[in-house]
Amino acid sequence: MIYLILFLEFFKIGAFTFGGGYAMIPFIQETVAKHNWMSTAELVDFIAVSESTPGAFAVNISTYVGSQVGGFFGAVCATTGVVMPAFLIIILIAKIYDKFKNSKTVKGAMFGLKSVVVGLIASTVVSIGLEIFFANGFTTSVFATSSFWFSLVVFAIMLFLLLYKKFSPVLIVVLSATLGIVAGYTGII
Amino acid sequence: MKKSKLKLCLQLLLSFMKIGVVTFGGGYAMIPIIENETSKKRKWVSGEDLLDIVAISESTPGPIAICAASFIGYRVVGVIGAFMATLGVVLPSFVIIFLISMFLREFSSYDIVKYAFVGIRAGVLALIIKAVISMFKKAPKNILAYIIMAVAFALVVLFSTNVLVIILSSAVVGIVASYIARKRGKELK
Repeated sequence: MIYLILFLEFFKIGAFTFGGGYAMIPFIQETVAKHNWMSTAELVDFIAVSESTPGAFAVNISTYVGSQVGGFFGAVCATTGVVMPAFLIIILIAKIYDKFKNSKTVKGAMFGLKSVVVGLIASTVVSIGLEIFFANGFTTSVFATSSFWFSLVVFAIMLFLLLYKKFSPVLIVVLSATLGIVAGYTGII
Repeated sequence: MKKSKLKLCLQLLLSFMKIGVVTFGGGYAMIPIIENETSKKRKWVSGEDLLDIVAISESTPGPIAICAASFIGYRVVGVIGAFMATLGVVLPSFVIIFLISMFLREFSSYDIVKYAFVGIRAGVLALIIKAVISMFKKAPKNILAYIIMAVAFALVVLFSTNVLVIILSSAVVGIVASYIARKRGKELK
């Protein structure tokens, strides 16, 4: 039952990702790989699409995966799944949130969760980095290809613009797309 | 349903649809827009409430947009309000992504799109590194936090450990550590 699987998998993602947005990527990556719903390259492409369209990343990715796997109803199931945990939890704690906010157990759990998210997203950098630079395996012949050096240069420029020039993510997507198109038509990649 | 309640539900739906349309990339970028719409314009919540909402969505799972919508909607007209606001914030990105999903795969066979995505993938890697850095800034800064980060990273990269297991373990470690710290008369920060 594909609709039920979509709902449950995205419910799990919605229920266990703290910090939102990019914090969800490692969990989503694991889930889509497990079911063969999406390749890592496709996931990376979709992150760019999500950055260039309105709305939360979680909603965007669940709608996309849901519709690819199960059409319109699949998209509804996946999106409902990812939204529902937050919705239910907020309704439950909206009345008692002062108590919740000051709970020692919640504070302790948050200590662990805020730390673990850093390690998890850092691991995504490795897996996505490998996908981008060494898509055909880790061999030295890669260094002879112009596409490797092109990706490296684009990556370095975009990182600089993000960290030191405070460029917005949409602008980064547009700029790197433009560089890719120019390089493609001039025969560099 | 009373007429005023119905009107409030409609207002919630429309306000949060507007919020869902104008925020790109999601996350904290949404806060100023949510503040403008729900606090300054509609007077549904105070500026202080919004700070609480940010704090709560940081310590509950799920996207910040969903948490904020559910919380504000619940405050205004209860569960039905939470539902309307959440529906509103989800609907725009659901529709947009669903439309995109119908032709994205087909689209990606064009040369120009292929070239664009070669550039974009390198740019996305830079975006993820930026996310690691900003998550790190929000994370606790002590030896235990660094150990959790490093262990989570190593478990995923080297052993492909289940992400859910890692997330839950980190919460348990945080809770246990905070109890131990308090027994020694200290506070875990």
